[in-house]
Amino acid sequence: MASVSTDRLPAQRLALVDLLDRVLAGGVVITGEITLSVADVDLVTISLRALLASSGALAGDAGRAGDPYG
Amino acid sequence: MMTVTDSPGIWVYAIVDAGDGLTLPKVAGVAGAEVRTAPLGSVTSAGLTAVVSDADLAEFGEDALRAHLEDLDWLAAVAQEHHGVIEAVAQLGTVLPMRLATVYASEASMRAALTGSEPGLRAAMGRLRSRTEWGVKGYVAQPKDPAGGTVPEDSADAGAGMAYLRRRRDALSAQRESWRGASDGAQAAHAELARHCAASRLHPPQSPQLSGRKEAMVLNGAYLLDNDRAAEFSAAVAALNDSDPRLRLELTGPWPPYSFTAADA
Repeated sequence: MASVSTDRLPAQRLALVDLLDRVLAGGVVITGEITLSVADVDLVTISLRALLASSGALAGDAGRAGDPYG
Repeated sequence: MMTVTDSPGIWVYAIVDAGDGLTLPKVAGVAGAEVRTAPLGSVTSAGLTAVVSDADLAEFGEDALRAHLEDLDWLAAVAQEHHGVIEAVAQLGTVLPMRLATVYASEASMRAALTGSEPGLRAAMGRLRSRTEWGVKGYVAQPKDPAGGTVPEDSADAGAGMAYLRRRRDALSAQRESWRGASDGAQAAHAELARHCAASRLHPPQSPQLSGRKEAMVLNGAYLLDNDRAAEFSAAVAALNDSDPRLRLELTGPWPPYSFTAADA
């Protein structure tokens, strides 16, 4: 299983994913003349598209949850 | 219609209690902007205070934000700047972080919105006092023996093809079993960890493409802990990690309480 870690993203990227989980899906949301409610945007799509575009990976079906082998 | 040049937007990082005796640490905001405080409510009520900076609406207005959120480099930089301010402010006392890209068109609209929400903000701040968020991620443990195990040798060509298909099938079956076992373990681990916490929340698992991890994620939990229980919690994570060979747990944090700002959290 030596190959498991060879194509991991850098540690900073891993931390970024954890951070995006929180700053995009957590935090106080208050409406009222706000320029853009991030809550209204499909964040999963945003972050997936952004990350995939950046890492040069092929865009494809990347399910978030559930049995990946089911 | 507002003109961009005359009236900058307002980026809000967090709400803090002015009673915490506020002297902002030296920290740059989003796009290097100067971070300042904006007291909410009336001056005499010693109310809550917003931590804000000016934000050029040409870059942080709705259309620009929509476009920028698709750009990983922009998103990464802004997320880290937003987080940096919140972490710095968290050193002063209880902090109520705002979601990324909370931008008001003017300071007046920001005050109106936040002041109107003050009771809810106060309640949230009360729940978060002397507490910290921790994260626990769980992955399917990699088996010591590669999936499929030992396979009988087949010498004939037809036999080799069959053997290949059988190996593929066995490997997929083993992966599925690993995932189910780890998922069961993750549920049990989450229930056990939640016993140590004031509140807990499950984020969706990160996809392998997002995290860059080969192993499937089966737990992406956030836990709000009393500050004096952090060591106990860390020990509980380690014990669970040691006791369940199907599952590998990783602790992250401490985090500002991003996952616990909502009333239902």
